[in-house]
Amino acid sequence: MDTSEPIHDDEEFNAQLRQCANHLADKLQNGQLDEATEIIYSLTDARNTPIFNSVGQLTRGLHDAIVNFHVDADLSADPPEVKSSEIHDATNRLQWVIEMTQGAADKTMDKVEAVAPIAMSLGQESMRLKEDWERLKRREITKEEFKTLYSRIDEFLNQMGEGTQILNASLQDIILEQGYQDLTGQVLNKVITLVTDVERELVNLMRIAGQVEKMTGIASGEAEGAKAVEAPALNSEAEGPQIHAEKRNDVVNGQDEVDDLLSSLGF
Amino acid sequence: MKILIVDDFSTMRRIIKNLLRDLGFTNTHEADDGSTAMPMLRSGDFDFLVTDWNMPGMSGIDLLKEVRADGKLVSLPVLMVTAEAKRDQIIEAAQAGVNGYVVKPFTAQVLKEKIDKIFERVEG
Repeated sequence: MDTSEPIHDDEEFNAQLRQCANHLADKLQNGQLDEATEIIYSLTDARNTPIFNSVGQLTRGLHDAIVNFHVDADLSADPPEVKSSEIHDATNRLQWVIEMTQGAADKTMDKVEAVAPIAMSLGQESMRLKEDWERLKRREITKEEFKTLYSRIDEFLNQMGEGTQILNASLQDIILEQGYQDLTGQVLNKVITLVTDVERELVNLMRIAGQVEKMTGIASGEAEGAKAVEAPALNSEAEGPQIHAEKRNDVVNGQDEVDDLLSSLGF
Repeated sequence: MKILIVDDFSTMRRIIKNLLRDLGFTNTHEADDGSTAMPMLRSGDFDFLVTDWNMPGMSGIDLLKEVRADGKLVSLPVLMVTAEAKRDQIIEAAQAGVNGYVVKPFTAQVLKEKIDKIFERVEG
C-alpha cells in the first residue's frame, strides 16, 4: 500500500477559497446569480475531491489487506461469511498445536505408566534377593533355601534382561516423542509472522482512516486510538500462562512468591 | 478420600491424577469445567476439590464461589492449580475462600506440600 503521498493540500485549497470568495462577492454584487452558483459548485468539488481520493485509498488499502491475507469471503451474506483466510488457517494451525502437544503428552505418559511397574517389580525383587544373599554370605541358609535362591536368581537375571530391554525401548520412544516441540515450534513461528503482518496492515489502515477523519472533521484528535488500545483488563480475567512473569510487577514469579503473598494474607 | 479434579486439559487432569496416586489417593474423578463439576460435587460425597482457573464454560474462580455459597459444600477443601499468576487473582481466590494455590508448572513436591498443609489444617 502506498500512502506516502499527501492526500490533501490545505494551502492550495485555502488559496483557492480566498480567490473564489472574492469572485463570488463580485458576481453577487453584479447580480450574476448563475455564475455565483457555478463558483459555489466548483468550491464544493475542490473540497470533496481529496476526501473522495482518500476514501478511495482506504478502500484500496482494505482490498489489498484482504488480498494479502487470502481472505475468501462471501460479502453478500449478512454477516459476511469467511470461507477461508490466513487467519482461519492460523486458527487451524493453532488447533493442530494443541492436538499435537496433547498427543505427545498422552503417549509419553502411556509409556511411563506401562513400564513403571516393571521398574518397580525389578526393584522389589532385587531387595528381597539381597536379604537372602546376605544370609547366604553369613552362611545362615539351609540347603533347601539355597536351591530356591539359586533358581530365583536365575529367574531374576532373565527378568532383568527382558525388563531393561523394554525400559530402554520405552525411554527411546519418549525421547522421539519430544519431536513435537520442533514441529509445533515451526507452526507457531508461522502464526507469529502472520500476527505481525496483520498488525502492520491494521496500523496502516488506521493511519489512512485517521487522515479521512481529520479531513471530514469526524475525529477530534489522534490520542483516542492509542487510548483505546490500552484499556485495562479486568482483574479476574484469566490470562493463561505468564510468558514474562519476571518483567511484570502485577504477577508472581513462581510458587515461592505465591506462598509469600498468601502468608501475608494470613494463610 | 474421594477427590474431584477439574481442568479443561485432559493432559493436566492425568498428570494431577498420577501425582495424587503416588501420594496414595486413588479415588479420583474428573470434570472438564465448573459447570460439569458442580452437579458432581452436589450429588457425590467428595472430600477434596482440585481445580484449574481458566476453563471454558464455568471458570475455577466461579466454581469456588459457588462451592462456598452452597450450604452442603461450604467447607469442602479446595486447591487451585492454575497458570494464573497475577497478584490480584491470588488475592481474589484467597478472599473467595480457597485453601491452597499452586501455580503451573509445578512439581510433585509442591503439590504434596500444599495437600498435606490443607489436611493438617482441616483435621487440626
